[in-house]
Amino acid sequence: MRTLDTPDAALEAFAREIGPRDPVTPRGGRTQWDVGGAPDPRAREVSAPSGIVSYEPADMTVRVRAGTTVAELDAVLAEQRQMVPFDAFEPARATVGGVLAVGRSGVRRLRYGPIRDSVLELRFVSADGLTVKAGGPTVKNVSGFDLCKLLVGSLGTLGIIAQTVLRVQPRPPAGKWLVGEADPFETRRRLLRPSSILWDGTTVWVLLEGHPADVQAEAASLGPEFRDGEGPPALPTAGRRSIRPSQLRDLTGSFVAEIGVGVVHTTDLVPPRGIDSVTMALQRGIKTRFDPTGRLNPGRSPEGLS
Amino acid sequence: MTIDSVVRELRGALHASRVRDGALELSLYARDASVIEGKAAAVCFPVSTEEVQAAVRIAVAHGRAVVPRGSGTGLSGGAVPRGSDGLDPVVIVTTKMDRILEVNAEERVAWVEPGVLNLDLTNAISHLGLHFAPDPSSQSACTVGGNVANNAGGPHCLAYGVTSAHVLAVEVVLPNGETALLGGLDPEPPGYDLRGLFVGSEGCMGIATRIAVRLTPSAPAIKTLLADFTSLDDAARTVGDVIAAGVIPAAMEMMDARFVEVIERSLHVGFPPDAAAMLLVETDGLAAGTEAAASAIRSIAEANGARSVRVAADAEERALLWKGRKSAFGAIALIAPNYYLHDTVVPRTRLAEVLRRINDIADAHQLALLNVFHAGDGNLHPLLLFDKRVAGTMERVLDAGKQIIRVCVDAGGVLSGEHGIGLEKTEFMPWIFSGSDLDAQARARCAFDPEHRFNPHKVLPAGSQCGDLRSIPRGAWT
Ligand SMILES: Cc1cc2nc3c(=O)[nH]c(=O)nc-3n(C[C@H](O)[C@H](O)[C@H](O)COP(=O)(O)OP(=O)(O)OC[C@H]3O[C@@H](n4cnc5c(N)ncnc54)[C@H](O)[C@@H]3O)c2cc1C
Repeated sequence: MRTLDTPDAALEAFAREIGPRDPVTPRGGRTQWDVGGAPDPRAREVSAPSGIVSYEPADMTVRVRAGTTVAELDAVLAEQRQMVPFDAFEPARATVGGVLAVGRSGVRRLRYGPIRDSVLELRFVSADGLTVKAGGPTVKNVSGFDLCKLLVGSLGTLGIIAQTVLRVQPRPPAGKWLVGEADPFETRRRLLRPSSILWDGTTVWVLLEGHPADVQAEAASLGPEFRDGEGPPALPTAGRRSIRPSQLRDLTGSFVAEIGVGVVHTTDLVPPRGIDSVTMALQRGIKTRFDPTGRLNPGRSPEGLS
Repeated sequence: MTIDSVVRELRGALHASRVRDGALELSLYARDASVIEGKAAAVCFPVSTEEVQAAVRIAVAHGRAVVPRGSGTGLSGGAVPRGSDGLDPVVIVTTKMDRILEVNAEERVAWVEPGVLNLDLTNAISHLGLHFAPDPSSQSACTVGGNVANNAGGPHCLAYGVTSAHVLAVEVVLPNGETALLGGLDPEPPGYDLRGLFVGSEGCMGIATRIAVRLTPSAPAIKTLLADFTSLDDAARTVGDVIAAGVIPAAMEMMDARFVEVIERSLHVGFPPDAAAMLLVETDGLAAGTEAAASAIRSIAEANGARSVRVAADAEERALLWKGRKSAFGAIALIAPNYYLHDTVVPRTRLAEVLRRINDIADAHQLALLNVFHAGDGNLHPLLLFDKRVAGTMERVLDAGKQIIRVCVDAGGVLSGEHGIGLEKTEFMPWIFSGSDLDAQARARCAFDPEHRFNPHKVLPAGSQCGDLRSIPRGAWT
């Protein structure tokens, strides 16, 4: 006997729609449509089905179709005082599949880690038009190679994400943004698990979350340089850089940097970085094996691969 | 080509003393901590990336497979040497690559060689208020390279995440002898996340020769609770209820009656000798949150019938309780000559029911069962005790194991939570993966190792080769 989970008719229909042949470009909420280049105009747009398939608050996992908006998912999780820390820019439009395909974490990565670590299972449609499962539904799993990591951030160029099982977290009972002028690196050293520390070269924004008394105590420990405030600040969207957290010190110009993480939101365009030839051969090897004809999201590619 | 010429070349490239082919060494390296056995042609102990590259090139040039190995504490046969084409493989052991190369306390990152022992790393950085979060129970013996290859877990991975969440970059020697750097110290390295794919690849995609790990600040407040129950069901329900209440402890371990008995016999930790089950739960963080979580856990345990809830008074008592938990395997030798340790995961809501069914399976096979496991993430470790000298026992053990895995899969679980698939569970992969799922995994592996030079026969069942790969040029749809 084999149990390969209950089939989801919506997934099967999506796989049929994608089929095995012509070029396709997956469309989510178009909130990060420009990342990785413009899709080839000849590619057919396809959109993943939406809806929450199952939600186990007591197991802290949720199975959701990729076309579901982040806001819809968040609303359902909020009823159980739970969350997935995606922090999408436009949650009402951004889809779960889109957020995962782009793979960019939100401003609370400092505490909650990258979004890839919330992904337990992915179902995607392969270049052959078949549904493929990666990972599994439990919160811990090392059965087989971790293809979820490969798919997150792949911009739909290895497979079209159709459904996922996510690890959810308890919503913190309290949270507050503080704003001040201080050394952001020193600020980080003084806090145990800040949810976010943002810095524009002058002002520091700090998000503390957790037990109300701990939030209060940590806020007080930051001293008079900090006051309760609004956050996060508006993040520049023209460019996004990824650098070692220690190099954030040397930033100049107009930016908002994620301290302790290394993501920099800037007003400048950021040129893509290159990849060394040995690693590039592996990267290309993955692409040609998952998509031999290049039909998956042609025109787009993750940084360094175009 | 005979093995003599391989050994000669390896000795030329490394040092004669670090290439072994004596009968004793070969038999030592024929096994890991599982019950599976293989056969190596030669065992070498490189001290640098360059030596690993040389050893790989020599082995591959002679048509030999390469089996990476750390300390050999793996429980699924991952480091057990199996060759291909009738040739025994060359085992490359990393234990002499054991330097901590760099610690950056501000960035909370360390570069280490793969042979550094897990606990040695944590001990070396504890004066900085930092530690390496993955803490497998074998942490005093296993290597960081082995942790990366198996994506190891441990009690505290419940809150802190498994190894994958703590690896930023890996330098890997590939089957062609070249090195690639996967991942990076910045948060969004370019390209696909090959680092993420490599972690958990069980030695099938290359050998990790340098690893950048994330270091975690140690929390100022810690509470360790020990709750004892008169039934396994009550303890299991407590686990589910704690998680359902939105409390994620740093660790939540379950130990059953037989375990308690065994530990008390050897260690005298002060576990109640007549407990049917115990939970060792730890919460950490800032003072108020830690206190609140501890009292929530206490009330939930009491509501589920806990007889007593002991709170470790100080660091010494905490260390003693953890010692009790982590010394399980040494102590087991006192009551049975052999054990088979399983590793599966089920949804946390199904724990009580699955534990009952596993118990029934052990009974039906007339095997003694002991449970000590990472209950907080539903990661079961049913341990079957036996004496393999008794005729027919091994068959019963294997059959019981198979049924246990089946029960877990049927409950919505998976084959392995942390020990990996290795050789042990390849035959069960089709229980949870379809042909196209396995094919996708085979493709990923083939991007690294198209000829299956690294650790052949591991992870994927026979038949999941790179076979149906069509090489159609890029853009062929146009
Ligand atoms: C008593 C006991 C308790 C345990 N408890 C836990 C636990 O709590 N959690 C847990 O996760 N595991 C546990 N384990 C299993 C085991 O300790 C881990 O899997 C560990 O990570 C293996 O490390 P190792 O150095 O012994 O690797 P080995 O056993 O030598 O190798 C394991 C696998 O990794 C590969 N490998 C090793 N080094 C490299 C490298 N540098 N590059 C590429 N591949 C490599 C090997 O080919 C093999 O496939 C336990 C084992 C024992 C015996």
